[in-house]
Amino acid sequence: MQAIQVLNLTKEFNGFKAVNDISFSVEEGEIFGLLGPNGAGKTTTIRILSTTLRPTKGKVKVWGYDVKTDPDDVRRSIGIVFQDQTLDDRLTGVENLDFHARLYGMDKKMRKKRIEQVLKLVGLWDKRNTLVKYYSGGMCRRLEIARGLMHYPKVLFLDEPTLGLDAQTRHTIWEHIKSLNQREKIAILLTTHYMDEADILCNRVGIIDRGKILVIDRPENLKNLVGKDIISMKLSSPEKMIKLVAGFDWVKKSELHDGLLYLKVTKGDEKIPLLVNLAQKNSINVELVNLRKPTLEDVFLHFTGRTIRQEEGSTRQRISMRLRSWRRR
Amino acid sequence: MRKISFEAIYVLWLREIKTFVRARSRIIGNIVQPFFFLAIFGVGFKSSMKFATPQMSGIDYMQFLVPGLIGMALLFSSMFAGLSILWDRQFGFLREIMVAPVSRLSLVLGRVAGGMTTTILQALSILLIAWLFGFRIKGGASFFLSLILMALIGIGFVGMGVAFASKMEDMHGFQIVMNFIIMPIFFLSGALFPLEGIPSWLGFLMYIDPLTYGVDGMRAVMLGISHFPLAVNFTVLIAFCIVMLTLGSYLFSKCEV
Ligand SMILES: Nc1ncnc2c1ncn2[C@@H]1O[C@H](COP(=O)(O)OP(=O)(O)O)[C@@H](O)[C@H]1O
Ligand SMILES: [Mg+2]
Repeated sequence: MQAIQVLNLTKEFNGFKAVNDISFSVEEGEIFGLLGPNGAGKTTTIRILSTTLRPTKGKVKVWGYDVKTDPDDVRRSIGIVFQDQTLDDRLTGVENLDFHARLYGMDKKMRKKRIEQVLKLVGLWDKRNTLVKYYSGGMCRRLEIARGLMHYPKVLFLDEPTLGLDAQTRHTIWEHIKSLNQREKIAILLTTHYMDEADILCNRVGIIDRGKILVIDRPENLKNLVGKDIISMKLSSPEKMIKLVAGFDWVKKSELHDGLLYLKVTKGDEKIPLLVNLAQKNSINVELVNLRKPTLEDVFLHFTGRTIRQEEGSTRQRISMRLRSWRRR
Repeated sequence: MRKISFEAIYVLWLREIKTFVRARSRIIGNIVQPFFFLAIFGVGFKSSMKFATPQMSGIDYMQFLVPGLIGMALLFSSMFAGLSILWDRQFGFLREIMVAPVSRLSLVLGRVAGGMTTTILQALSILLIAWLFGFRIKGGASFFLSLILMALIGIGFVGMGVAFASKMEDMHGFQIVMNFIIMPIFFLSGALFPLEGIPSWLGFLMYIDPLTYGVDGMRAVMLGISHFPLAVNFTVLIAFCIVMLTLGSYLFSKCEV
């Protein structure tokens, strides 16, 4: 079964198309990513899929339920981590989870067991009785992920799960996302404007810009689509090597720069051993080999003619943080 | 899903109680304020103000003021409880509540239950302070009736707060509600001065103010003096609750986060 089906979805705000006729589907157990810059329409899409915003046009099914006609069935099937923080910081970690579990009608025994399970999964078990206002940004994020998992959802939405976090915390969260995808076998729809995040986590990625999905494919395919891998080699006699590789059809281009040989090839990783063998057979000494693969940044550039703007954080989040510190006093 | 979830109502109530107990500065403020009111107005006007009407003879201003102060506390804290949706919206927690598979009516009822409880707790603390100043309620039955009146006032104004908060996008609306709704309701309710002998244009405004009936009802059961018959006060308050709960639930179910 398909976990999510979106068909010709459009959302207008006073005539402005924030989401413009997009279609995609997410398979059971898959991690699907929507990659795009700020204002692309990612959050709007998630809000429609999670029933907190009504679509203008189009058909949206989550776990087989229509968001317009069966919103409560959809709500029961999904877990969600919003872009902006949605914890009550006057409650402890456990209390936030307990609140959630009761809202989803879990009984006492199940609540207790599951709270321990998810808190351990995200590594917050030791901090469970600390008020959330004393949590760091990364801890809040992990608690929100734990909360999203509490009621055994079939589909999990993660809206910019590592926005504004430091590199190390981002890696920890990636590990958690990967391991829960494997352990709990749940379908994940995640949005991000980080290339590396989409690349590392997602089975498939949809590139979204200005309300439109431009292309959907596996990250490898997307990268192969836009450019060839570049292998650079430092050799004892590069001119000889150029002549040797000229006959291969997988070598698209060869150039010599500053004593380094650059080869544009397809499937670079498989070609390195071939090239090294070839060099050795012809008694050319190989001193150094380097492979550069195109990134999703190149893919985005290819499809939009722009690079992703790296604006961090929404205004709402900044206001919210200011108020939060104000309330704390 | 139209069904009412008692678990959801309970957990929203529990959250309200927990956060209320943890906000110590709020609790202290809620006790200090009526204390000063009683000390300054109550004691200050006690000697200088005498009620002219025969019905009120033997009642001093301090006694007159206590039900009014309780009405004030009920109004402010229950409206704030309803308007706390604005805070939840600002801090994002409203989203967590809105994506839950629970009927919107249960969500409103949970907030009303929580707001009503903390509101009554504050009203009782004022009653206790008033007791220290020598204020006495006639007996157990009138205490019980006072509690019911407090609950009705609480429910109605939490509902009103929910209704306003559902229609407002951000916190800017809060000041407007504060200045143009809460303050007039307070001043026109007869909490500080009696309804007798006021000009008719003002009288009309006081008659459409729901808190008027709450304060008057509490004076009736606590002191045995009132402008309206107690049955009228109860009827108006119950109607007010029903209208506000319906309106609040309807508007809340329409709000997007
Ligand atoms: N409630 C709203 N009213 C009007 N415009 C909105 C609203 N929500 C989002 N938008 C606009 O829709 C576009 C997409 O926003 P969003 O979905 O938040 O993008 P993303 O999450 O990809 O950064 C933006 O231009 C934003 O300004
Ligand atoms: Mg967003």
